[in-house]
Amino acid sequence: MSTLVPKERALLELRDVVKHFPVSRSLSEIVRGRHPVVRALDGITLDIGAGDAIAIVGESGCGKTTLGRLMLKLTEPSGGAIAFDGAALDGLAGESLRAFRRQAQLVFQNPFDALNPRFTIYRAVAEPLLNAGIAKSEHADRVASAFRRVHLPDLERYLDRYPHQLSGGQLQRVVLARALVLGPRFLVADEPVSMLDVSVRAGILALLREVRDAMGLTAVYISHDLALVRYLCERTVVMYLGTVVEDGPTAEIVRNPRHPYTRALVAAVPVPDADQSRSPLPISGNVPDAREPPSGCRFRDRCPHAFARCAEEVPALRTTASGHRVACHLDG
Amino acid sequence: MMLAVEDLQIHYATRDGVARAVDGASFVVPEGRIVGLVGESGCGKTTAVRAIMGVLAENGRRAGGKVVFKGTAIDERTTRPLLWREIAYVPQSAMSSLDPVYTVGAQIVEVLVKRGNASRAQAKARAAELFELVGLSDRRLADYPHQFSGGMRQRAAIAMALALEPSLLLADEPVTALDVIVQRQILDMLRALQQRLKLSMVMVTHDISVVAYLCDEVVVMYAGQVVESGPVREVLARPRHPYTMGLRNAFPDLLSDAMELVPIHGSPPDLRAELVGCRFAPRCPFVQPACTSGAITPEVAVNHLTACRRSAEADTLRAAALDPKTWHS
Amino acid sequence: MAERAEPLPARRTWRLSPGVKRLLAMPLRDPFAFAGIVIYLAFALVALSADRLAPVDPMEILFTKAGKVAANMPPSAEFLLGTTNLGRDIYAQLVHGTRSALAVGLSAAVIVATVGTVVGLVSGYFGGWIDALLMRIADMALSLPFLPFVIVLTGFLGAETENIVAAVALLLWPNSARVIRSQVLSLRERAYVEAARVTGANQWRILFVHIAPNILPLSFVYAAIAIGWAIITEASVNFLGFGDPTSVSWGMMLQDAFSSQALSRGQYAWFVPPGLCIILVVVAGFFISRGYEEVFMPRLRGR
Repeated sequence: MSTLVPKERALLELRDVVKHFPVSRSLSEIVRGRHPVVRALDGITLDIGAGDAIAIVGESGCGKTTLGRLMLKLTEPSGGAIAFDGAALDGLAGESLRAFRRQAQLVFQNPFDALNPRFTIYRAVAEPLLNAGIAKSEHADRVASAFRRVHLPDLERYLDRYPHQLSGGQLQRVVLARALVLGPRFLVADEPVSMLDVSVRAGILALLREVRDAMGLTAVYISHDLALVRYLCERTVVMYLGTVVEDGPTAEIVRNPRHPYTRALVAAVPVPDADQSRSPLPISGNVPDAREPPSGCRFRDRCPHAFARCAEEVPALRTTASGHRVACHLDG
Repeated sequence: MMLAVEDLQIHYATRDGVARAVDGASFVVPEGRIVGLVGESGCGKTTAVRAIMGVLAENGRRAGGKVVFKGTAIDERTTRPLLWREIAYVPQSAMSSLDPVYTVGAQIVEVLVKRGNASRAQAKARAAELFELVGLSDRRLADYPHQFSGGMRQRAAIAMALALEPSLLLADEPVTALDVIVQRQILDMLRALQQRLKLSMVMVTHDISVVAYLCDEVVVMYAGQVVESGPVREVLARPRHPYTMGLRNAFPDLLSDAMELVPIHGSPPDLRAELVGCRFAPRCPFVQPACTSGAITPEVAVNHLTACRRSAEADTLRAAALDPKTWHS
Repeated sequence: MAERAEPLPARRTWRLSPGVKRLLAMPLRDPFAFAGIVIYLAFALVALSADRLAPVDPMEILFTKAGKVAANMPPSAEFLLGTTNLGRDIYAQLVHGTRSALAVGLSAAVIVATVGTVVGLVSGYFGGWIDALLMRIADMALSLPFLPFVIVLTGFLGAETENIVAAVALLLWPNSARVIRSQVLSLRERAYVEAARVTGANQWRILFVHIAPNILPLSFVYAAIAIGWAIITEASVNFLGFGDPTSVSWGMMLQDAFSSQALSRGQYAWFVPPGLCIILVVVAGFFISRGYEEVFMPRLRGR
């Protein structure tokens, strides 16, 4: 599979990554010896350069969360390879795995569930330091500096409290502080604001941007909301049913989407403006069953432009000008 | 007027005292209009809708105010016979209103037979009709809820709500859990149904974009009270309450040129406490000493109601609110 | 989505974790559990001071001043509950029986809770073949008929109290292991457990620091249930005559009373008190377990 050759080595490289989940078998499938799988990810090739911020956008079931988990070695791919800073993730174990864990962190969707309810805030944020084997004498200082980074004022007020005593916005800041306390290079944020109230959201988004700039982080934001990632990422990857359909600069994708699915996605995003033009949705139908995706292009049965070739041949993710990649037979 | 809510007071008894979840909310739902009830979690929007249906949680009670449906004041007892026939409900998660052990068709038939006194045969025909109305194949009537996708379940829940041809539909975050494309499909369907069946609707949501897309009127709630209400175009284009202005700034907009979302600092007040003055005052960038004392009487300017002492200066404030610096605490 | 901002307490103080606090506060809210704990404490006190409360050896054959065996004496100031047909002091037997009842109950509870918790944790967390193996063993244990198995086992190993405890533990651990396993399965998927993994916690730390504390209340519930079962079982084995004839227990008292036809002689003071004691201890165990179940499963908690 040919992709753009990066000028510098990317921090995270995914090559043809495949992830299958077994599904429960019906009696006839057992009799026939078949092992049906859900192809959660089907051949993802992606480079994330150091210092980049990219968004992975798609509807539920498109595989975006699985992709994020693979990047952090929280689950293993069924095929393909992932390398972090040149080292293959599947080779990591023992000390090298611990070193990776110090560098790659995760921010969770639901801050109400992301902190152990029995741990004080201090203990939660100090936990990564403990796991990384950092001397206890350093913990207090490093926790304090992580708290300053996430703008939790009055540190003293929070340290001895329990998660249920904090609001959602405060909790998400604590979760971020825990992710930053080890000074990571790579951060995956899985829907970091979708559980928060609108008035709090903006603050968390601004904080994520600020932290990224200040620490020079490489960041991946997983989201279903194209309107939100626009404020965070220069580059957006659009996924549909386990494949990347489009990958390019966010502004381009929002203003000038090229894949028919991206076009539908952009058209469907509601805007907070009552005078908007209500153009009809360009596609119909539902996302097909991931156990039996359509042949060829996975989007073809909903695509208004589908033609014979779409059913026969899987469209390759071709690079066009400005590093924009599109997987469509009609494009390029 | 389809529905009028006047000075509604809903109290919840909690371990730490009485929480005034809704504290003097008034709004109206004109006939054949879609009203968006918008606000953040805990603002009382869901409680208000549940109070209209007379199905508050056990520890909740209506402590005051009136709910007037088609000119008649209704309470918990008198609402009961109106449910389904006059007032129907679509929940956020259809999974919670559909019983997993019966087919979806059987559940719709059940409503038609029990509540609508239809014969089984009539009910079955009507169920097929309803499914067609919401864009589902009538073959799916024989399926169980878990065989439906999220969007289809929501369609089924809407079909069920429409079974007895109610005149008022109350929908609580009906599209929140759905993906954007499915969400859009459901919104388009709701709009088409509303026009075809001449429905009046109350749509509870936290999403201003959904209000902008679907609703005719909007009621903005904050900390148990209505802070602003009026026609959607008017309120979203020219908000007069600082909270609405802040919400508008904080809301992502795919098409705007702004590259920054502006948060509203702080959090809503504890509704168990004794609250004086404007409830948004602690977070408001335009707060004045007078704001923190006495009740705020809503001011009305051409159907557009605002509960703010400085609503006369709304145009100046709105211009200032567009500047992110205004909102930095 | 609940946004809350509570007034903040001023200074850092030493505080119990919310779970432990609930555990300790539970008896105050649930009058049944409170009663259960009072009953246990009372029996524990009796067991500890048994020698002082009843200085007479419960197995000693007593004689009247006339030199005759003091058999089948009615309750009196000297013999509070009368004597058995062999002239033993029933009151002394009742008091000393508390010891063996509590010993049996508590040791069975400790074993059941420990084994069940460890098996449940390991099985639920690691899954795979180890889970399959442990759960099949649990299935086998669950399929054994309760009392017959205990009788057969004590028949082989001897009727000592330890063997009865072992048999009860062998039969009861699978219940707790299964429930704890299913709880672990759901806890394992919680975001904060994943968070511990991302931050580099090893699996033992995740298992014992992040998961285990959440299932301890459940272990308590099963321990409390095991107390009751063990005491009933020991009493049943003794009553059926398969017990250790040299030990003093409530079950043995019932057996003696039964075989010497105390009922037909109207010696109610012989068999009613031990029967009541068994019921009290067992019921107390269930009261406590019920209380902790409500602590553990908030859905059962009333507002």
